[in-house]
Amino acid sequence: MIETFKAAVDNFSSPVTIFTSAAALFGLVLAFPRQATNKWVAGTGLLLILGFFGIGLTDANFKKIVTAPDNVPIVAMIFIFGYFTWFALRKAVENDRRIERGEPTVEQTETNEKVLVFPYLIFIEFVVALFYAIGLVLWSLLLKAPLEEPANPTISPNPSKAPWYFLGLQEMLVYFDPWIAGVLLPTLIILGLCAIPYLDKDPKASGFYSFKGRRFAVTTFLFGFWILWILLIVVGTFLRGPNWNFFGPFETWDVHKVVPLLNVNLSEYFWIKGLGWGLPKFWLVRELPGFAVLAAYYTGVPWLLSKTVFKGLPTRMDAVRYSILMILFLTMLALPLKMYLRWAFNLKYLVAIPEFFFNI
Amino acid sequence: MVDPTPGTPEPGKKLKLPFALPKINWDEMGKSFQRSQIYKSMFRHGYSTDERDRALTVLTNVFFHLHPIKVRKSGARFGFTWCAGGLSFFVFLTLVVSGILLMFYYRPTVEYAYNDIVALREHVPFGIMRELHRWGAHAMIITVWLHMFRVFMTGSYKPPREFNWVIGVVLLVLTMLLSFTGYLLPWDQLAMWAITVGSNMARATPFLGHEGPGASLLSLGDIQLIHSGSDVRFALLGGRFVGAGALLRFYILHCVAIPTVAVILMAVHFWRIRKDGGISGPL
Repeated sequence: MIETFKAAVDNFSSPVTIFTSAAALFGLVLAFPRQATNKWVAGTGLLLILGFFGIGLTDANFKKIVTAPDNVPIVAMIFIFGYFTWFALRKAVENDRRIERGEPTVEQTETNEKVLVFPYLIFIEFVVALFYAIGLVLWSLLLKAPLEEPANPTISPNPSKAPWYFLGLQEMLVYFDPWIAGVLLPTLIILGLCAIPYLDKDPKASGFYSFKGRRFAVTTFLFGFWILWILLIVVGTFLRGPNWNFFGPFETWDVHKVVPLLNVNLSEYFWIKGLGWGLPKFWLVRELPGFAVLAAYYTGVPWLLSKTVFKGLPTRMDAVRYSILMILFLTMLALPLKMYLRWAFNLKYLVAIPEFFFNI
Repeated sequence: MVDPTPGTPEPGKKLKLPFALPKINWDEMGKSFQRSQIYKSMFRHGYSTDERDRALTVLTNVFFHLHPIKVRKSGARFGFTWCAGGLSFFVFLTLVVSGILLMFYYRPTVEYAYNDIVALREHVPFGIMRELHRWGAHAMIITVWLHMFRVFMTGSYKPPREFNWVIGVVLLVLTMLLSFTGYLLPWDQLAMWAITVGSNMARATPFLGHEGPGASLLSLGDIQLIHSGSDVRFALLGGRFVGAGALLRFYILHCVAIPTVAVILMAVHFWRIRKDGGISGPL
C-alpha cells in the first residue's frame, strides 16, 4: 500500500509536473481566497502535508534528506510560511469583505487608538524573544550542527550544493547560464525588490492586509516568493541528486543515473530544422531569430499589455515607471517561460554565442 | 520572610533557633532602595503604573527608546506585525553573543580551523554554542524573510516608507551574505564545496568574471585584463580556489565587515521607522 503510494509519487514527480501542479494550486488559492482560507480547507491541506511527511519519514531516502541537519530549516520554513500566508490571506479576505460593505477594516477600527509601548508592546516583544530563546536552545540540544570530513580540494562531493537559501539560484542553473542565474537574476531580484515602492506607490492600500485592491502586486509577489523562490529551493534541496539529476522524493540517489541531453538551440531549430540551410557562419546572423524573439518579448508584450490588461496604466504610472515595471515583470516571467520551453521543446538557448560566453 | 517566632513547638523538621531573628521588612527595604541615590541614578522615575511612569520607562531607557511612547493599537498587535522585525533584531543579538564566544576558540587558518571546531564539539561539556550560532543563523534568514513578507502583505512599503524598504532589502541581502560567509568557517567538506559552488557564479559576472560575457573584450592588445587571477571571484576568494585566502577573507567579512555595515544600516532602519510615522497604519 505504502509502497504503491511511494512508487506513484515517484512516477508522477518531475520538474514539469511539480512546477505545474504547484502553480495550479497557487492559482486556485488566489482565485478563491475566501474558500482557500476557510479553516476546514486549510486544515485539510495541513493534514495532507503532515500525512505526506509522516508517510515519507518511513522511507529511508526521504528521511535521510529531509532530516539532514541543514535541511531542517527548510522543512520548518515550509510550515512557517504556509501558516503565515494563510494567516495574511485570511486577514485580507476579512478586510476585503469589510471594504465591500463599506465598513472600516480591522486595522482602521483601532488605528486612532494609541497604547503605551511599555508595557503593552514591550511585553509582546519580551514573550516572543523568550519563546524564540527557548525554541533555539531546544533545537540546539536536539540537533547537532553538522560537521563533515575536513575540507579537501581534491574530493568534490556529488552533488555539491550551495547553502539552502541559495539553492533556488542553483536550481535556475538548469535553465540559464551562470551569468544569468548566478549574477543577472540575483541582481535584478534585489533591484526589483528595491523598486517595488517606487512602482506601487499609492499609499491608500497601506497599513492593512488586503488583496482585492492590490491583486496584481500581491499575486506577483506571492508567485515570485512561493513558486520561483521557495519551490525552487525545495526542488534544489530535496529532489536534485548526483550530477544535479532529478529524483523523486522516495527515489534512491543513483550516481549512475543517465539522463539523455537532447537540448537544441533556437538557431538550430530555425536554420537547420526549419529552413534546412545549415547554420550561418557569422554569429550575428546565426542568432538573429533569438534576438528577434527577445526584442518582441520585451517590446511587443508591454505594448500588447498596455492595450489590454493594463489599459491606461502607462499614463497613470508614467512611461518610465511602466517600462521598468515591464522589464522586471517580464524578466521574472522569463524564468518559468524558459523552463516550459525546455520541457516542451528541449530548447537549450534562445541566443547562443559561446564565442563570448553569451548564452540566453 | 523569616519565621519570627523560633522555638515554637512544631513537630519535626524545622530548625529551632535559640534567639529571635531580626524582622526583615522587605517592602520597606524595596522602598528605601528606590529612594536611594544608586537607584535614582539608574532610573529617574518610579515604578508605578500611572501613565507618566510608563512613559518615562520608555523615554529614559536607551534600549526601550527605540520605540515611541505610544503606538497605534493596530500596529502593536502581534497579529499585525508577527513581531518578525523585532525578532530578527533579537536573533541578530543572540548571534552576536554566541559568535563572540565562538571567536575565543576559533582560528581562521587552514591548519587550525577544522580542529578548533572539532575541539568545540569534543571538549566542551554540554557545548551548544556552535549549534546556537548555526541554527540562529538559519532562523534569522527565516525571520528576515518573514518580516519582508509581512511588510509586503500589509502594503507597508508604500510612501512615505519607500526608502526604509530599500534599506530593508539591503539588510536582507546582508543577512544572507553573513550566513554565506559563516558557512565556510567550519572548513569541512560541506563548507568548502558549498562556497565553491556559490562563488563559482562570480566567474560568470559580465565583464568582470573571466568566464562572463564580455570579459574577453577587456584587453590591451594581446593582454587579457580579466583572467582567473584578476576577476571578481579572485577578489572575493583571495585566490583561484577556496583556500587559505578565502578562509581569512570570509572570516573577516563574517565577523567584522558585514556586521559593521549591518549594524549601521539597522540603526538607520529603526530610526527611519520612527521618522516615517511609526509602524504603518491605514490612512
